Amino acid sequence: MNWFYFSSPPTFYRLAGRLAPWFFILAAALAIWGLYLGLLVAPTDAQQGAVYRVIFIHVPTAWMSMFLYFVMACYCGLTLVFNTRLSAMMARAIAPTGAMFTFIALWTGSFWGRPTWGTYWVWDARLTSELVLLFLYFGFMALANAFEDPRRGDRAAALLALIGVVNLPIIYFSVQWWNTLHQGSSVSFKGTSMHVTMLTGMLVMSFAAWMYAIGATLVRVRSVILEREHRAQWVRGPGVA
Amino acid sequence: MRPSDASPAPVTGSFSGGFAWAMARDLRLAWRHPDEAVLTVAFFALVASLFPLGIGAEPQLLTRIGPGVIWVGALLAAFLALPGLFAADYADGSLEQMTLSPHPALGWAAGKIAAHWIVSGLPLTLLSPLIGLQYGLAPDTLGVQALSLAIGTPVLSLLGGACAALALGARGGGMLLALLALPLFVPVLIFGAGASEAQATGLSAAPHLSLLGAALIAALVGLPAAIGLAVRIAVD
Repeated sequence: MNWFYFSSPPTFYRLAGRLAPWFFILAAALAIWGLYLGLLVAPTDAQQGAVYRVIFIHVPTAWMSMFLYFVMACYCGLTLVFNTRLSAMMARAIAPTGAMFTFIALWTGSFWGRPTWGTYWVWDARLTSELVLLFLYFGFMALANAFEDPRRGDRAAALLALIGVVNLPIIYFSVQWWNTLHQGSSVSFKGTSMHVTMLTGMLVMSFAAWMYAIGATLVRVRSVILEREHRAQWVRGPGVA
Repeated sequence: MRPSDASPAPVTGSFSGGFAWAMARDLRLAWRHPDEAVLTVAFFALVASLFPLGIGAEPQLLTRIGPGVIWVGALLAAFLALPGLFAADYADGSLEQMTLSPHPALGWAAGKIAAHWIVSGLPLTLLSPLIGLQYGLAPDTLGVQALSLAIGTPVLSLLGGACAALALGARGGGMLLALLALPLFVPVLIFGAGASEAQATGLSAAPHLSLLGAALIAALVGLPAAIGLAVRIAVD
């Protein structure tokens, strides 16, 4: 088994093209199931009423925003250690999706905050650190595209992403470390304080967001590969759709 | 083997050698062109003077916003001093010579940052009690303010140094550097301003100062190596 077989851009280009539609189909199916559970089946919350149903978008996107940054940072680590090309392209492909999920998490959070907290925004630790995450994504994308030589952008942005990793534990633990308006976590590995249908709906929506992220990344990495390798024989030759 | 065939003794570098050399060099350069350091301090004083003129000069309001304004002013002044850290050395090729030197990158990178802090962060720290007096801060708050700046500005120099090295030769210049550095400065600002804020409202500043100290230790351990790597990426 050659572990590096798919790290060749032409090989991975074809693999990504074959896999991406399946991830999108999976994402759509999971999203329909999750939204059905969340909007129709799950009971109304005793305190918050129907407003709490934002949770089925808010929590999955917030989880994905952090998880995608972590995955991106792992690819960045590979870039710096092994100087591989595909890992840098993957990191570039993940960043816009991560930024989008971060933005949706902030956006839905403020819509949730308005009826329950009485304000769209507070400068508490969770919200501030999530906003910093959004700027880290923007900084990564800006730095990656700021150089004539794409390899230089790859490596510089990779190092920036690794420095920014310190923000992840700050976001995750902010509700425990500081006395914030944002509520603590209802789900942990030890169990949950939620109704089981709510939890199922949330987890299904998280998987839907995850599958979408993979699909979108694969589609985007294909264009990054084409852009980067446009002088190569295999791109110019016949058979590349 | 005859003595004349022996290869010359290998030149060995060391962390302390690189550190001392880079720090002495940058300090000498700063001494010969003191305008940059003076500009940083002048910028800090000017920004801090704009707030009372813009927001209103009621003494109560000024004591309330003083700690935050001073920290934001110091942060912006430290940020504006960043491009000078590597840009000139990058342009004339001395940075490339440094990466070729036998000293480890860790050493001279740390030395350059130390010199940069002495030229930018330290004057800001020393000036802050004077600005604090303009805002009518209590003497104990002034002390905590200066202490928080003394611990916090080295972290700013280290984080900013890494960003400045990453952005060398990039399109977008100052705006790009702002996008990279300012989000990373946020925790330092929160704990730094929080320390004097807590002192002013009668709470203990110790937790904030401890967290700042922890950030400084983490930055000292991790960032000089990152800066060395960033410079190597830049001159490759």
